[in-house]
Amino acid sequence: MAEDPGIDQETFDRLIEEGQPERVARAKAKAAAARKSRQAEASSGNGAAADGEAGGGGGGETPEQVQERVFKELVDDGAPERVARAKAKAAAARAEKAAEKSSEPAKQPAGAKSGGGGGAAAGNGAANRAGDGTGIALTPEQRQQRVAAALAGRAEGGGPHERTGGTETKYAGQEHTHRLLAMVPPTGIQQIRGKQDDKAYTWPHLLTAEFICLMAVTAFLFVFSALAPAPLRELANPNVTPNPSKAPWYFLGLQEMLRYWHPMVAGVTIPLLLGPLALVAIPYLDRNPSMRPERRRFAYTLFTMFLVASAALTLSGSFFRGPGFNWTWPWADGIWFTL
Amino acid sequence: MANIPSADELKKRLQDNVIYKSVFRPGSIYRKGYRDTSRDRALAAMNNVLYHLHPVKVKRHGLKLTYTYCLGGTSFFLFILLTVTGIFLMFFYRPAAGPGSEIAYLDMQNLRANVQFGDLVRNMHRWGAHLMVFTVFLHMARVFYHGAYKPPREFNWVVGVILLLVTLFLAFTGYLLPWDQLAIWAVQVGTSMAGFTPVFGQQIQFALLGGVEIGPETLLRWYVLHVLALPFILAIFLAVHFWRIRKDGGISGPL
Repeated sequence: MAEDPGIDQETFDRLIEEGQPERVARAKAKAAAARKSRQAEASSGNGAAADGEAGGGGGGETPEQVQERVFKELVDDGAPERVARAKAKAAAARAEKAAEKSSEPAKQPAGAKSGGGGGAAAGNGAANRAGDGTGIALTPEQRQQRVAAALAGRAEGGGPHERTGGTETKYAGQEHTHRLLAMVPPTGIQQIRGKQDDKAYTWPHLLTAEFICLMAVTAFLFVFSALAPAPLRELANPNVTPNPSKAPWYFLGLQEMLRYWHPMVAGVTIPLLLGPLALVAIPYLDRNPSMRPERRRFAYTLFTMFLVASAALTLSGSFFRGPGFNWTWPWADGIWFTL
Repeated sequence: MANIPSADELKKRLQDNVIYKSVFRPGSIYRKGYRDTSRDRALAAMNNVLYHLHPVKVKRHGLKLTYTYCLGGTSFFLFILLTVTGIFLMFFYRPAAGPGSEIAYLDMQNLRANVQFGDLVRNMHRWGAHLMVFTVFLHMARVFYHGAYKPPREFNWVVGVILLLVTLFLAFTGYLLPWDQLAIWAVQVGTSMAGFTPVFGQQIQFALLGGVEIGPETLLRWYVLHVLALPFILAIFLAVHFWRIRKDGGISGPL
């Protein structure tokens, strides 16, 4: 396409004739072509506008002039100023696009599109100027002939390149064309913050593990229930207080605390208010972002103390409290504990 | 005997009708077969009701048993198991008690003596309840030590604390239902603690007991809480809990 500098045929031919390897010649010719096309672009920057003026069928105006003219016409016709301005802008944009379109083929050799219509006609000037300035304005046929000649020369010299096929031969540099579609900023279109997790399929990996796990729990519970009967004492009698009276095991830690503090503190304030509140508050108080154990020593210490204290109180209330909820040694005095 | 269709033909007839197709979703492995490819592994998860719980893929480190110890899953499974065994027990139990008519306690004795598997199911229900309290507690400890309550999972920890409290209350309300000495005196001890609540302790105790002391009203009240109200609350918070696990990016970690 027009953007692709291709290779500079003259340089290519010259290097081939000098006996350079084809690969080197192609690379150097490409570089030369790129240099030349940069020059040509720089010089055609003004030229394109001029061409648009000279050859454009719309009356030879710059987009700004078009905008002004259309705006005036519309206002004279009685259109509101806002509408007129918008329409004028659109007309200017159209004119600009048309100018661009007509100047584009100009960068190609004129012979490429013999029936190119108005666009090609408008482009002639640019093509001629490029031809004068840089000397790369060859028709494809001319290029082909030159390449064929060069390659034929090499073939006569015993080279392996037997690609001379007359008009069917592609001219050098044609088989690979690249087009720049967009410039992407260095930050990229898609922002990826975290790194991709190492993941596994839920089925079969997770579901299999879960199934085994719940089968194991069921089996354990089944066997345990078959072997160990759940307690059922005599009929409830509000007039006969068992000694000791114990709460279910998960409340025995609280019952143990009742021995040390006033019930309002041990029975209600701590377990029902402070306990849940403290638990709920944990994520909002612990602002340490790290999840690594070695960086959470304080949190680990506090929570481990909480766990140890709970376990100690529960065990003590369960196994070390006998009649009257007084202290007993389970190995000496026996155990008063029912699940 | 030539009229008997082959196995393949039977399978085709079974699967190629409106009812079968209405039961299984279009991509289901029960409709289009299963080959052990990535695509079918994904479809197996997607076309399964468990898709409510699990995404198609999970973090690999979470598969290790030593990461979760399957504690949350075990707690949830125990809840299901307790629901099933509890429904069974409800067929044989009436929450009625009082002087002269100890129906609840007699039903318990009848369950143990005369109902097929009655004792086994009752044992499973009771031991399962204790186990569930234990696993929920251990689950909390596991989550803490992994720092899994840290952003963005703060609120799910709060939901977890609610679930822990509801679990405890569920276990406690169930404790009263056998209506034996163990039950009423454990509840006596527990509710007398609630009576020490500052300012409105007496009212709380009255609301819990349905009177000034444990009686038939207490039994009925705790029965309804145990079989209906608390499981309902637990199920709702469980749904939020599971939903937030997925919304907050799956399992936490790796450490």
